[in-house]
Amino acid sequence: MKRLHALYYWLLLILPSLVLGEERFPPPEFETDYSQPLAQHPAARAEWLSYLDIAVLAAALALAGYLSLRRRSRRGLFALAAFSIAYFGFFRQGCACPVGSIQNVALSVGRPEYALPIVVAAFFLLPLVAALFVGRAFCAGVCPLGAAQDVVLLKPLKVPAWLEHALGVLPYIYLGAAMLFAATGSAFLICQYDPFISLYRMSGTPLLLGITAGMLAIGTVVGRPYCRFLCPYGVLLRWLAPLARWRVSIAPRECVQCHLCKDSCPFGAIRTPTLAENPGGRREGKSRLALYLLLLPVLLAAGGALGYLGGAALSGQHATVRQANRVWLEAHGKVEGTTLESEAFYRHGQPQEDLLLAASAIRRQFNLGGLLLGAWIGLVIGLKLVFLAIRRRRTDYQADPAACLACGRCYRFCPEEHAPAGVLEKIG
Amino acid sequence: MAKEPEKLTRRDILGFGLRGLGALAAAGGLGALALRGKAAATETVWQIDPDKCTQCELCATKCVITPSAVKVVHAYARCGYCELCFGFFEDDPNNLDTAAENQRCPTGAIKRSYVEDPYYEYVIDEPLCIGCAKCVKGCTEFGNGSLFLQVRHDRCVNCNQCAIATACPAQAFVRVPIDQPYLLKDGEQAG
Repeated sequence: MKRLHALYYWLLLILPSLVLGEERFPPPEFETDYSQPLAQHPAARAEWLSYLDIAVLAAALALAGYLSLRRRSRRGLFALAAFSIAYFGFFRQGCACPVGSIQNVALSVGRPEYALPIVVAAFFLLPLVAALFVGRAFCAGVCPLGAAQDVVLLKPLKVPAWLEHALGVLPYIYLGAAMLFAATGSAFLICQYDPFISLYRMSGTPLLLGITAGMLAIGTVVGRPYCRFLCPYGVLLRWLAPLARWRVSIAPRECVQCHLCKDSCPFGAIRTPTLAENPGGRREGKSRLALYLLLLPVLLAAGGALGYLGGAALSGQHATVRQANRVWLEAHGKVEGTTLESEAFYRHGQPQEDLLLAASAIRRQFNLGGLLLGAWIGLVIGLKLVFLAIRRRRTDYQADPAACLACGRCYRFCPEEHAPAGVLEKIG
Repeated sequence: MAKEPEKLTRRDILGFGLRGLGALAAAGGLGALALRGKAAATETVWQIDPDKCTQCELCATKCVITPSAVKVVHAYARCGYCELCFGFFEDDPNNLDTAAENQRCPTGAIKRSYVEDPYYEYVIDEPLCIGCAKCVKGCTEFGNGSLFLQVRHDRCVNCNQCAIATACPAQAFVRVPIDQPYLLKDGEQAG
């Protein structure tokens, strides 16, 4: 009986208004002195506070540079890292951050309708500019991701050189993939799989919590695994830091070749002096370099071809392509039932051709993007091999400016550092 | 540091000049990206386009904070003040009263009060709302559509990539300028 009532209701009241396109139940004119309440909508965080964040970032970068290069203070950097964890991590909940801002830049390049917010642009740019002057000061104690790993590092193990070099390719691949997905408007991979965001927000999906726990657990015995083997922003800093005006120099005056600094570096960033070479090894090295240089275009082409073919598969990550695929399958009777995506499409009554056209446009972007990504991966692997074959001459223990995170650990292990206090004389 | 004070050489000055130029060029490039629109790009926040929303209920569970930053808002000017409110009552309610078994809202976040015959007022008790959109679905399908979901900016932490936006099947999440953070129905002003 009630069901029947509802049906009458529908036929008499709702259907006509649907046809006429007006409100189904006209808002009443009240006879009593009832006044409609006003809905309250709390404002977003004031924009000037974001500019305050930029100021804090700039100040922290300057302080990190000062502490790592002028004061040479590990303790100061540790305090700065603790501050970054508190401010950029727990207080600002990790957003915005320079690491993720790569994707906003890529999105604004790929999608002209997205204008890059000035705040995000500043977050992207400041650590890079700082790298031109003081190296990777951002990594030293400002980045909340790096700081979280730095404070959990208990007993660093040495990562074997071959593994270090192999894993060292991953950040470049991650950077390329993140830019492809961001520029096509598909996903922000770096944010979606940020291993420390669930720590700072104290919430997350089971997958993300697992990644966080795993990364922190590995971080107790491997120095900063995310920074060294995944961080895509680190790639940009790696390129710029060797151009820095001031760099980490371990021995204040003269290196006594004691290799204590190398043992103290948990990130494998200190390079050993090269030994006197035998001419035979030199020739062998040269032929290997020639081979790798020849291999480079092959890797580039193979990567590009694979990427072009794989682009279509990657395009499934874009919401529109996923929706179009599903709607097409349903329209052709290949699957039964509907999903939330296809229902959303049917409800808006957009013509199916429009959706399929939009999806194929995105798929074409992915073909091009896949080609570029594949070629990029080929290039990165090829160049890695080439650089491995090049020998550089070094007479002292030196921090590799590209890999050095300026954490300041090595300073206090250098006997020279303590020379003014008379340590060398005391030892003998 | 027991080093001699460094002397400023021509090379240093050139180095500073080049680094400064590099930084300026990068800032210029990013500035071009920022200013490509009509006006300077302000910061953005996430918001739901109520016309695209399909009330799939994922807003309640996909947000990084619990309960969700998405809640229902009520456009009173659009409301019909119906006695049988499809946003408030379950399908086929036993009685048109506020007994829990008759309510659609799983948390009892809609307060119903008598105004005058035959009109009833419906007010959202926002702290109780979990953003599940069950009431929005009822009101949109059978009523005036005066109930709709919005990201509440006193709760939203404004993730660079909104977790709900990633999951939204209707792609209803959009970035809006921070000074106009709501997409209200009927051009209603935030206040």
